[in-house]
Amino acid sequence: MISKEEVKHIAKLARLGLTEEEVEKFQKDLSPVLDYIEKLKKAEISGVEPMSHSVRVENVKREDEVCVDSVPTDKAEKLLELSPDKKERHLKVKSVF
Amino acid sequence: MELKEFTINQLHEGLKKKEFSAVDLAKDYLDEIKKEDNKISAFLTVIEDSAMSQAKEVDEMISKNKDLDILSGIPCAIKDNILVDGIKCTAGSKILENYVAPYDATVVKKLKNLGAVILGKTNLDEFAMGSSTENSAFFTTKNPNDLSRVPGGSSGGSAAAVAGNMCKFALGSDTGGSIRQPASFCGVVGLKPTYGAVSRYGLMAFASSLDQIGPITKTIEDCRAVFNAIKGRDEMDSTSVKLESVNTDFKIQNLKIGVPKEYFVKGIDPDVEKIVREAIKKYEQMGAKIEEISLPHTEYALACYYIIAPSEASANLARYDGIKYGYSAAGNDLLSVYLESRERGFGSEVRRRIMLGTYTLSSGYYDAYYLRAQKVRTLIKMDFEKAFQKVDVIFTPVCPTPAFKIGEKTEDPLTMYLSDIFTVSVNMAGLPAVSLPVGKVSNLPVGLQIIGKAFEEDKILSIGEVFKN
Repeated sequence: MISKEEVKHIAKLARLGLTEEEVEKFQKDLSPVLDYIEKLKKAEISGVEPMSHSVRVENVKREDEVCVDSVPTDKAEKLLELSPDKKERHLKVKSVF
Repeated sequence: MELKEFTINQLHEGLKKKEFSAVDLAKDYLDEIKKEDNKISAFLTVIEDSAMSQAKEVDEMISKNKDLDILSGIPCAIKDNILVDGIKCTAGSKILENYVAPYDATVVKKLKNLGAVILGKTNLDEFAMGSSTENSAFFTTKNPNDLSRVPGGSSGGSAAAVAGNMCKFALGSDTGGSIRQPASFCGVVGLKPTYGAVSRYGLMAFASSLDQIGPITKTIEDCRAVFNAIKGRDEMDSTSVKLESVNTDFKIQNLKIGVPKEYFVKGIDPDVEKIVREAIKKYEQMGAKIEEISLPHTEYALACYYIIAPSEASANLARYDGIKYGYSAAGNDLLSVYLESRERGFGSEVRRRIMLGTYTLSSGYYDAYYLRAQKVRTLIKMDFEKAFQKVDVIFTPVCPTPAFKIGEKTEDPLTMYLSDIFTVSVNMAGLPAVSLPVGKVSNLPVGLQIIGKAFEEDKILSIGEVFKN
């Protein structure tokens, strides 16, 4: 069983707020899943290479050019519009401390 | 014959011969949505105005005798984790309740360019995490075959919309079975293409190494038409691949079908097993050779998936921070904005998976969980490679059970996860697989999963096409 402290630690790493009741709920929900994935410990993996993708993934590069034509000029404005809080053309955030 | 019984090609012929107009067709389907969707709840958003103007454009093309693509004027629906420019895109989440897509996903752009008529956006489990649509922050979609049951998930809205005749085809996304399982539960065709066959640009990322967009349709023929329209390399998705044309001709007498023994074990509903075995028998009677095969690492597949998918999700969903877009809580400092926006914006299942992924990636656990899972993933992929040296395709059930009751599995996340046990391996190996309805347990449809070699979508579709009930 995962401890309450571990649940709180993981929630903090994941930047998820949790109430005290939720800490208990997540403890209850996560424990059987963590037990289930323990299964993998039985698998024989010596000498096996890990894989991240089923296809070969390569870096795709291009010249670093200003591409006014291919990017619609209103796209940046649209993206800025979506921000919950802004000042002129800057996203506004609360102070860190 | 009613229009809803037509295949895409029959509708296409009808449009060309002016037996009915694209506007008639769009109206028909929009009326059906108005009539039926208060019972089924497949749609999160219906976009009547833009659908009608798209249909009018197609009718103008027809009146000018311009060349018409097979999808021109065909009414469709898009899962609500795929962006349609200017239309709300919620991912079934409170955190994106008011988010309006700033651009078109590549697949949507392709459909629009061909003149397909988008009727609306369909319900899903929040961020595609779930097997029933019960994790949608808004409502649960009902299975059109039995309103007390789930349509499957996460693309449950798309599958229910097609099965309920509220659109001719729909797009879904599949990370661990999210197209195939709802297709099986609703009695429609669902294709999970090879990883890289379809661009993911404009699909909200869940687990990037597993996600693929694919069609949900009434027939295999329709499925092929939609897949052909959306596939191909896209410079906006570096994992998308230029498709070579593969020779997919096959003679059923020469076809070798592998049936993995690990997929017919305890836990499978006996009626489901019977229907799938009968379907396999039909292929044998048509002349195909059936061979029992082994995919020995199948027992690890689900555990492996529930490490890899949440790990990737925990990184992908870090972007929902209350700063750039989406729901933002009013906190006193930056950290409290993050914590509270994500606490209130995300539902339980999404938070569970973020927690799980954060745990398996965290310092001290990475090697034991994530790295180990990546190695087991290699073994799972190698199982398929070995099997495909002996057989041409692999047949399995899609899901151990038919559609379950609404509420039956919501209290126990692990039981819900077991619903994906026959579908997750395919995503980890990156292979194409189609879910084909092959029978019913009383009124509940059962799907056969046909798994092919990478980029052999055409072949598995052709093999599915010869199935006759």
